[in-house]
Amino acid sequence: MSETKIKVGAAETSLPAMAKDVLMTAVIALVLAVPFIGLKSDSVGTALELYTRWPEMFAIIGAVLVGRVAFLLLRLRRDQPRAQSAQKRAGVKELAANWGGKHIVLIGVAGFACAALLPMMPFASRYTVDIATTFLIYVMLGWGLNIVVGLAGLLDLGYVAFYAVGAYSYALLSTELGWSFWVCLPLAGVFAAAFGVMLGFPVLRLRGDYLAIVTLGFGEIIRVVLTNWVDFTKGPNGISGVPRPSFFGYSFSRGGEQTFHDLLGIAYSSQHRVVFLYFLILILAGLTNWFTLRMRKLPTGRAWEALREDEIACRSLGINPTNVKLSAFALGAMFAGFAGSFFATRQGFVSPESFTFMESAIILAIVVLGGMGSQMGVVLAAFALVILPEWFRDFQQYRMFLFGAAMVLIMVLKPTGVMGRREPTIRLHKKKDAAEDAEAQPEIAQ
Amino acid sequence: MAYFIQQLINGLTLGAIYGLIAIGYTMVYGIIGMINFAHGEIYMIGAFISVITFLVLQSVGMGFVPLVLVVMLIASMLFTSVYGWTIERIAYRPLRRAPRLAALISAIGMSIALQNYVQLTQGARVKALAPIISGGMTLFEQNGFEVRLSYLQIFIIILTMALMAGFSYLIDRTPLGRQQRACEQDRTMAALVGVNVDRTISTTFVMGAALAAVAGMMVTLYYGVVDFFIGFLAGVKAFTAAVLGGIGSLPGAMLGGLLIGLIEAFWSAYFTIEYKDVATFSILVLVLIFRPTGLLGKPEIEKV
Repeated sequence: MSETKIKVGAAETSLPAMAKDVLMTAVIALVLAVPFIGLKSDSVGTALELYTRWPEMFAIIGAVLVGRVAFLLLRLRRDQPRAQSAQKRAGVKELAANWGGKHIVLIGVAGFACAALLPMMPFASRYTVDIATTFLIYVMLGWGLNIVVGLAGLLDLGYVAFYAVGAYSYALLSTELGWSFWVCLPLAGVFAAAFGVMLGFPVLRLRGDYLAIVTLGFGEIIRVVLTNWVDFTKGPNGISGVPRPSFFGYSFSRGGEQTFHDLLGIAYSSQHRVVFLYFLILILAGLTNWFTLRMRKLPTGRAWEALREDEIACRSLGINPTNVKLSAFALGAMFAGFAGSFFATRQGFVSPESFTFMESAIILAIVVLGGMGSQMGVVLAAFALVILPEWFRDFQQYRMFLFGAAMVLIMVLKPTGVMGRREPTIRLHKKKDAAEDAEAQPEIAQ
Repeated sequence: MAYFIQQLINGLTLGAIYGLIAIGYTMVYGIIGMINFAHGEIYMIGAFISVITFLVLQSVGMGFVPLVLVVMLIASMLFTSVYGWTIERIAYRPLRRAPRLAALISAIGMSIALQNYVQLTQGARVKALAPIISGGMTLFEQNGFEVRLSYLQIFIIILTMALMAGFSYLIDRTPLGRQQRACEQDRTMAALVGVNVDRTISTTFVMGAALAAVAGMMVTLYYGVVDFFIGFLAGVKAFTAAVLGGIGSLPGAMLGGLLIGLIEAFWSAYFTIEYKDVATFSILVLVLIFRPTGLLGKPEIEKV
């Protein structure tokens, strides 16, 4: 592999070095592109046939080269007046962080108020409110997972399993036993939390990466069981006709005994239910956020953060790591359960299709891209990952590719996430050196 | 008994394939401590490249089977290695000093991007390939049940064994392997004594990708169908295999792969085929509870 010998170091800014770099990029791009872009296999009848797409391939390679040259030139410009701009940038960062830190509560309250007023806005069509509801589901899931990943530092790759438990427990209890949403909502949380404890108890003693694979496996197990246990879950067809929620016993249907529009004495509109669901998830998500923020100030919450930073130190201070982790794991699962039962009642239909690994990956990405442990970051990242792809519906084909590429790009540019600052919630002694703290990386390479 | 032996053969073949993928996981984990989530996709890319190479050979009219196999093997290893190298360079190297989760998210993003890249460029439909190596032999017969060992299975098992032997030699005896083991133990120290750490890590990715490409080619030959989604489940299984065998341990990865293959084959044969993945993961959980370091892993002592 001659390619492996080329080192594209940061110091190479001279013209020949750059030319070499671009040439290498060209060679690699060519090797990468020939089998996938240059050649295409397609089935004709039962046989596979080969097609070529050379012009497209060279166009794409050309675009890659232009990009590489632009990147090198940009780096050249950035490297030269380095000292001054770095200082300036750090100053701006500090300022922004201070401002954000002081007014974070204000921003949060304002955001919540805006969200609450959204359905009353003139531009709020049914579609907008629907999208906003989806967005809030992800925000809630993100906040729930933030307890597990962001605060307790446990890597959970199967979070969607608890979401599925919540959704199916509501769907089954309501269709089989006829229980109301308001009874099932807490139950769904309890079931999901119970699953969390069941799974967490044996594996939370293990090292972080084993937890990752076990949770990933658990997510798959739940999905496989939901798909194959046809008698109980109706298998891949899913459960349809899941009852919609009612407003203190007043339903949102057009006719019937007790209806919402009769109660208020207004004309029936299908918009009512959409708006009601929106407020429901807004309250649920708000509850999750409020709970997390309160929890962080309690000893348990502080223990989560401490455990994330240093398990051995925690152990020597008399914290039982397994119990503390278990509490985070179960609480995170509980919120996923709530969100799941909301999901079931909103869709009126659940099937295993909705609970693939992709969902777990998106939720985890929301937490990490937002900056672990940051509540505001979750909102921003959920916006980027849920609302933006919605706008790019026209690029349907390229959407997921761009989604993946964007995840890589954001991580490479900002590894600690958009709002990544590991400030402990409670600081017992005054900060000695603010700048040093801001620079400190959460994890130093060995 | 005959049925049992037949399943043993099938399981070993499958296990060899998982083992080859698992080595890539375990090596990368050993050296930089990250779960290379895109490794399953590398394997899928290897499978696609072998299909495309086969088609290219077909269109130039090459029909001599051993030569076709050798060219397919070399081409898929070569091209896939470049993919492995590029992925490391783009998505992981900038994150060497970043928090561990950042690299994981980057890897998941890479995996999504690669899957969709292949779907976009090669289409979403399943690619079916006519068998290249057909035929086999009947080992023995019992109560009317024939135990068959196909030439393809022999090819897969022998190739895996040869690769493992070569690979063990590479890691144990050559300067390259020594550098790799040094980086695994202590990257800073290795850099101080003159090991080019970045290059060694790149080589690790290239080696892992090459082995995954072989696995991809084997699957193409074995099942005859490839699509852009095969990487995910195979990746998860192979990672499970790596953890089962003790992550960071090369013989462990191979052993874990074989075990996963056997579990799957026997579970599908004697119980229900639908729940074979459940069985695999349940056994993983059980092993981890009683042997948290995996079967051949060394216990890790944490120092303050």
